[in-house]
Order: sequence, then structure tokens, then C-alpha cells
Amino acid sequence: MAKKIGQKTKTPMPHVDPGVRRHSFGEVATGYSVELARQEAARCIECKNMPCVAGCPVEIDIPAFVRQVAAGDFDGAFQTLSAKNLLPAVCGRVCPQEDQCEKVCTLGVRFEPVAIGRLERFVADYAALMHLSDTAAPAAPSGRKVAIVGSGPAGLTAAADLAKLGHSVTIFEALHKAGGVLMYGIPEFRLPKTIVQGEIEKLTGLGVDIKTNHVIGRTFTIDELFSELGFDALFIGTGAGLPHFPSIPGVNLIGVFSANEYLTRSNLMKAYRFPEHDTPIVRGKNVAVIGGGNTAMDSVRTALRLGAEHAYLIYRRSRDEMPARAEEVEHAEEEGVEIVLLAAPTELLGNEKSRVRAMRCVRMALGEPDQSGRRSPVPIAGSEFEIAVDTVVFAVGQGANPLIRSTTPDLPVTKWGYIVADPETGATQKPGVFAGGDIVTGGATVISAMGAGRRAARAIDAYLHRLPAGGHAAADAFIST
Amino acid sequence: MPRILAKETLAPDVVRFWIEAPAIAKKRRPGQFVIIRTDETGERIPLTIADADTARGAIALIVQGVGKSTHKLNRLEPGDTILDVAGPLGQPTHIEPGMRVCCVGGGIGTAVVYPIAAGVRAAAGRVAAIVGARTKDLIILEREMAAVAEPCIITTDDGSHGRKGLVTEALRMLFAEGYEFDEVVAVGPLPMMQAVCAVTRPLGVKTIVSLNPIMVDGTGMCGGCRVTIGGEQKFVCVDGPEFDGHQVDFAEVAARLRAYREDEATAMDRYRAELAAPQR
Repeated sequence: MAKKIGQKTKTPMPHVDPGVRRHSFGEVATGYSVELARQEAARCIECKNMPCVAGCPVEIDIPAFVRQVAAGDFDGAFQTLSAKNLLPAVCGRVCPQEDQCEKVCTLGVRFEPVAIGRLERFVADYAALMHLSDTAAPAAPSGRKVAIVGSGPAGLTAAADLAKLGHSVTIFEALHKAGGVLMYGIPEFRLPKTIVQGEIEKLTGLGVDIKTNHVIGRTFTIDELFSELGFDALFIGTGAGLPHFPSIPGVNLIGVFSANEYLTRSNLMKAYRFPEHDTPIVRGKNVAVIGGGNTAMDSVRTALRLGAEHAYLIYRRSRDEMPARAEEVEHAEEEGVEIVLLAAPTELLGNEKSRVRAMRCVRMALGEPDQSGRRSPVPIAGSEFEIAVDTVVFAVGQGANPLIRSTTPDLPVTKWGYIVADPETGATQKPGVFAGGDIVTGGATVISAMGAGRRAARAIDAYLHRLPAGGHAAADAFIST
Repeated sequence: MPRILAKETLAPDVVRFWIEAPAIAKKRRPGQFVIIRTDETGERIPLTIADADTARGAIALIVQGVGKSTHKLNRLEPGDTILDVAGPLGQPTHIEPGMRVCCVGGGIGTAVVYPIAAGVRAAAGRVAAIVGARTKDLIILEREMAAVAEPCIITTDDGSHGRKGLVTEALRMLFAEGYEFDEVVAVGPLPMMQAVCAVTRPLGVKTIVSLNPIMVDGTGMCGGCRVTIGGEQKFVCVDGPEFDGHQVDFAEVAARLRAYREDEATAMDRYRAELAAPQR
């Protein structure tokens, strides 16, 4: 029996004032208090069909944890979350809930849905503050070794699930810090790095060994992980990892970056704290970010915080087609980002020192829908205009990094270089090798990568149970006979 | 954490470290590099693997103190550890058995040329070498190069050691004497590599140069090290670091290397002031 409807709109999330936060790398949304969380949780009408659970890529028992929050049982709520999600503090902040659990919320049919993401964040932050831990005991050791390549959301999720199932798990991370895009990509003001590291510590608590500075494809190849290091199965979750630049003149001028570089300098290398930290970053006064996704939003808001007087977001379609979360676009505009829609750069112009000084753009009109179903932009002849800029950041998607495919000839990839893997199991066509996340799908979201990591973990567990006693080596011999 | 096993000074502000890194020592091929970080606030610094000792599980890095990061590194001593060492990165040098190569090293570039020369020699190839620097004190790896190359010509701008003059003059001389090479490999300051390419282009001799642009991750992820090779965009970290010198847009490489010149000066000034401040 569903409850009666109470408050019709979401309990607002407290935020730092836009005028303050545009100059600060501190977190923008400050989170619910205990009172606000219980007030919001009480809005759930406890409908019978619970569409939110199916809307969650990692199948969290959302009605149960919301009910626990409403009752003030935050420890219980944390245990419910932890049963399905290793990274609730991350997901509560960066998941596009409006396209997932909240999109299908029954209350949302007529009113605003329950703010599930905000509640998830509240529970995770409460748990961190109170040092609560996941009390579920891991399974008995299986004696099987699994290697996880990449420590982003896909790898972390797969690692946690496999460790809980009793397997011995080692994560190989190419960079010097674990976390992947959570560390190098998403800025501090949206996802504080101490929170990411806190979530990763839970993994080491489960016995997962994290080896940073290990570039798979270089330090060890995929085959060497089996033959020399004795792993029984492995999961590739490296992310896409090769930035795209458009084919226009001037992209190699100084002051022109991929979003990956701009964000990595600022987030991972802490260049926003130069010279206390050694890595520098260009602090542009007039910055243009090209793109309409969350990475573009992160970049343009970083530019403001690095002291830009004008931070432009240039997007070739209209607002309706923007892939970024509506909330992020709103935040960006509140902070003073100037959004230029239906325009695309055609040329970057440099000064005598090869520094970018201006960007020539063309206006676009929307034509017929393309393969993605979005109306494709068409340049309007004679509509060129110029913007004075000293920094340009391209956030226009990524390609597939070549390091693993070029050193693993028997691992089939698509014509774009992405690894061919079963969407249900992550199984590749190479025995014992599973893959998931952006290196399979191309650029997507944190939570979809986590979902892929979870599905692959399940399939890897099943694979390991089928393996003969000698492990992968024996299986190889078995297959080749 | 990787430990420094040995350290020796090769020239003023130029140091050779032997660093414990068994997996990298075993895996590395000539031409590859590592990325290191000395401490928690440090930059990621790309450095060519100058040599490897698989028995000791160690790699050699030769570092010239240029800015804050390299000066910080050069102050470390045997027994100290380096926070992060990742690699081997980049494509190995393309070496064919029995090939005839002229290796040209300018200044610190000799540290990059030496493992290539040794690799060619190990593949039963023939190596001629030209090692140049401004002055005698700046010549490095003379003994090592002489052990793998014949002839091994030393040049200094001021004539304080070897032949007086530039490496390009010695290279012209070798060609004039009738030496034939399948390849010239030139590594050093950009103007030197460009000058070598200018000598070899009319002769139609393939010339490989190794580029050292600004990098962040070193795995293809950031694109900061992009260069234009024969009109095409390449990433030095995954496509290089070695390229056909006749195809390189050197002016662009040079401009991009200057991107952070002011910041580098700021960092170095502050670092000098910190070092000069009385110790507490």
C-alpha cells in the first residue's frame, strides 16, 4: 500500500553562493543535513512496483535505503547501499540520476521525483564521517588471481565485487594515483579527491592490491599477466584514453588543450595550486571550451576558477541536445559561464609567439536527425565570427587508446579500436579476458562503467569456477588440444 | 618505492642515476623512456632510459638540471627513493640486424643516443658516432660511446676537446670520406637535430630524431605532446619519441616547448630562494 503524497518538490540542496564558488575549488553542493535528508526521504510514497531499482545500473535497493533514511537508521541505509555499490559517495555526486533512478520514480510522474542521488550522497558522507564500514563478510578465498587493468569506476567496481567473492585481486593503474577519471577528470569542486581516496581505501580494506605506475601494454602485456604473473582472468577497464582534436588550423598553438590535459593538470597534478605544486597550467583570461558534455562543463568551470574573465562554452547544437546534466549547465551559468549555442570553431589564430589569440567560428543551424537521433548541425554560409581567446579547450570526445590493442594482437577490436566485448558479460574473444567501460563503449558515464564492471565481475566469477585446477595456464593447454 | 642505487656526476649539472626498477629494466628496449615523480607535489618528468642492468634490476637515467623538477631530482642521493617510476613508455627504436647507423649526440642528447647505439651494436650492426658539446666539460658518455662505435668522433664548439666545430661538420666529413649509413640517428637540442636533417636531406639518408616535448601522463591520454609529422598529428608518448627527422615541424616543436617558460622561471626562482633560506 503506497503512502500518501506529501511535499511535491525536492528538498533543495544547499549550495555555496555562485559569486563565492566561481573563485574556489571547494565543493559546490554542500550536502543535506540529517534533518533535510529525513525530510526528503519521507517523500518516498513506497510504491509497489519500485521502478527506481531497475533504473539503477547497479541495482541498489533504493526503496529500502530511502526508508531507512526516513527512519533515521543511517547505518542500516549505508549497509543497504554497500551491498550493491562500492562508491556511493561518488555516485551520489556524479551519477545522472535524472536519466536513471529518478527518471522512473513513481512520484516523478506528477511531481518532482525523490532526490535519490542527494540521499545516496548524504548516507555515504554520513558513513565516512562516522567511520562506518561495510559489515558483509567476504567469501572464503578461492585461490584464483584476477588482474584489473585500470582503476577507474569500471575497474574499482569489478575489483570490489571479485574480492568479496573471495578472489585475489590486483589492480594495475598507469598513473601515480588510483581512481582514473574520478581523480584526473572530475574536478575537486564537483567530487572532492579525499572522498575518492576514501572510497578506494575501502577496496584495500577488502584485500585488493593496487599497483600504481604500471602501464599495461608496456610494463607488462596482457599475455604476460597470464604467463609470467600467473593471473587466471583479467578485466580491462582502461577508459577510452586518446583525445580528439578537430581537423582545423591552429590546434597545436600554445594555449590549446584537450580537456584531458587541462583537467589532468588541474585535478591530478593540482596545477591550480602552482607554484606550491610544481605542474603549471595556462591561466587564461578569455577561455573557450568546445563541447556540450559534462567534461566540457568541468573544463569551463575550472577555467573560471583559474581566473578567467570570460569563460565561453561553445556548442554546435542547441541546448536541448547538450549531453551534459542540466544541473551542471545551470551551475555553470550561475557562476558566469557564457554559453554560445549553435556555433563551432573553424580556425584558431595565433600571435607571433605561436600562442592562440583568437578563434574563428561559424554559426550552425539544425538539420535532419543523425544516427544518434539528434538533429545534426549544418554551418550557415557567411555567418563567421571571431572571439578573442587566449586559451581553448577541446572537450569533443575521445578515441581508443592504442597501448593494449597494439600489444595484444589476438584481442579483437572494432574499426575504431574499441575492444569487442559481450555487453552482458564483458567477455572478449580472448579466453579469460573481459572488458568494460569506455574502452568498450566509447565515452560514457561513471555509473555505466560501474555497471559494466559489475556484470563482468559476475561473469569472471563464473569463468573462474569453470577453470580446471591448474588455472589459466591449464585452461590454455586444454583449449589448444 | 624505487631506490637510487648509485649516482655519479657526468658533467656540471648532469647526473647519472642507477635506479632500482626490475620490471622496467627487463622490459625496456632502446629508445624508450620512463615518467618519474620525485615527491607528492612534483611534476611528472619524462626521461629516456639511458641504460639497463637486468642482473641488478636497475635502469640508468641521465638528468640535466634545467628547471626546478630536474634540480630537485639531482639533489637526491644513493639510498633515497623516488616516489613514482612508470614505464617503459614510447615505441622502441626500430633496429634491424646488421644495419649501419651514424649516431649523433649533442649535449645531453648523447644520453638518448647511447642506448640506441648500444642496441644497434648488439644487433650485429655497425655504428659510427659523433658526440658533440659546447666545451670539453659538457661531453658525456665518451667512453661508453667509444666502446660501441667506430669511429667515435668528439666535437666541441671551442675546440677544448676533439675536433673544433659542430657535429654537422663531422657528419659531412664522414660522408665525404665515403661512409655509407642506412640511417643517421640524431638527438640533441632542436637546432642541432634540424641542422643534421639539413645535411642528410639532400643526400637522401634516412634520419631519425628523438623528440622531448612537454608531457603529462605519457600514455596517450592528454595529447599535450602532440607534434606534426609530415602534416599529420602524432603523440610523441605513444607514436614516438622517435620520428623521421625530415618530416618533423621543428618550429612548432620549439614553440610548444616554450609554453610554460615564465612559470618555469617562477618555479625555479622560488626554489632557489627556498634553498638559500636558512635551514630550521
